[in-house]
Amino acid sequence: METAPSSSRVPLSRVSTVLRGAFIAGVLLLVLLAFGYTDGWLAPHRLTAQRMVNQLQANAGVFPGYRRNHAKGVCVTGYFDSNGQAQPYSVAEIFAPGRTPVVGRFAVPVGNPYAPDSAAPIRSMAMRFALANGQQWRTGMNSMPVFPVATPLAFYELLQAQQPDPATGKPDPAKLKAFFGAHPETSAFLAWVKTAAPSASYVTNSYWSLNAFEFVDAHGEKHAVRWRMVPEATDAAVGGSDPDYLDADLSQRIAKGPQRWHLIVTLANPGDPTNDATKEWPSDRRDVDAGTLVLTGTEPQESGPCRDINYDPLVLPNGIEASGDPLLPARSAAYATSYLRRTSEEAHLPGTAQAQSKAEAK
Amino acid sequence: MKTSSTQFVLAARVLHWLIALLILTMLFIGVGMVASVSERHEWLISIHKPLGISILILAIIRLIVRLRNPPPPLPADLPPIQKLAAHASHWLLYFLMLVIPLVGWAMLSAGGYPVMLGHSLRLPPIFPVNAAAFAILRHTHAWLAMLLFLTFLAHLGAALYHGLIRRDGVLWSMIGNRTR
Repeated sequence: METAPSSSRVPLSRVSTVLRGAFIAGVLLLVLLAFGYTDGWLAPHRLTAQRMVNQLQANAGVFPGYRRNHAKGVCVTGYFDSNGQAQPYSVAEIFAPGRTPVVGRFAVPVGNPYAPDSAAPIRSMAMRFALANGQQWRTGMNSMPVFPVATPLAFYELLQAQQPDPATGKPDPAKLKAFFGAHPETSAFLAWVKTAAPSASYVTNSYWSLNAFEFVDAHGEKHAVRWRMVPEATDAAVGGSDPDYLDADLSQRIAKGPQRWHLIVTLANPGDPTNDATKEWPSDRRDVDAGTLVLTGTEPQESGPCRDINYDPLVLPNGIEASGDPLLPARSAAYATSYLRRTSEEAHLPGTAQAQSKAEAK
Repeated sequence: MKTSSTQFVLAARVLHWLIALLILTMLFIGVGMVASVSERHEWLISIHKPLGISILILAIIRLIVRLRNPPPPLPADLPPIQKLAAHASHWLLYFLMLVIPLVGWAMLSAGGYPVMLGHSLRLPPIFPVNAAAFAILRHTHAWLAMLLFLTFLAHLGAALYHGLIRRDGVLWSMIGNRTR
């Protein structure tokens, strides 16, 4: 037995004690360094969600309490009526025939919540479906069929190229040109942008999931899918001189009656890319009309129910899973960082940016 | 043959090493997932939540084992300040093992997220939806985890000090019978 009282042990020599002490310190230092590396603190060049959001802030400024991107927006409420047609492909409860309440948000992809609606040619629709079983499905969709880039790093580089030059207040055209020259995968998006005009209504747009996902059916079979919301209203809205014409148009239309979209799920063929949001799938792929989204109310985002929702595209119910698209985890991580920053500002935590009075900020 | 008074009971030793492994894994998963935008982000989060609840359950069992089986006494010749540090750090570890998972659970509840432990297993919310509370709980979760990491380092350093320098049987009381 070797656990005799310490007093009966042969004392360690001084050298031996120092060596053993150094060994212990070395072990602790090693664990600390491994932790610091994993944390990103000792890996300053790794792309993190914090660095992505910092770049968004560098481009647009900080508007306390607001989302770091798609900052200008409006809350909507309503429900989704499922017709059961997507049920053979996914066991998600939302696809069984019946009604699921939604809290959504329309937005303009700008970092400044006071920018005019014409500041970007894209609009977005985010939805949170609250399933009866307590699970949720959150999705953020954009009014274009392809994303400009395929990877988080390329998106970060795009943001860097878009950073306004302090001298002109605008992005440096040479940097943008260099970026697009180095990223041929942006061509489909650039072709779309040429034809795109900022729409004068949130209600007449289609909204695409962009990223692929996987539906899981009752047999455990997976089906690669993308989805989009296709509007019933197709009339051309007028826009006008009001910089906030989108909100005005939405309020007017909803006051007249519910606004509807069809949730169209596209099923991939084998071999269709599920990890590349810059590539559309061929137009002959099978579409399933899963049901109707009906929006019946709208409220300002500052007081509405969408304000405190993080539309993280990886909050998914049983029956819908992420694909291998590398943009999805990056969106999830960056949205979480944005959400923590704006909720910390709402909570007035020390060290967070504090809101000016609204009149001043405008 | 050892007497129970120089060793932790078998259940305590098994729980100690199992929880030690899980907590160390958890600390690295926690900081790694927050600092990653890659595919790792998603699968680390999917491990983080069920692992956190597992640690909470194991910590409760361990607390019960601890209260029913008093640990072996510290060496009589240990300086009082070290005895105090030993007791304080152990109760701090118990506190953090129990509180950090609960704060994480409350944080997700306050943020309005469904608390999913897998594709379909969902825990009920334990806190009302409130954005300011989410922010406070989210920061608390991270700061307590940092405190847990530092306490773990101190614990590891102290264990090695007892094992390699003092050689007083404290480390072996948790490892088990050294002679067999």
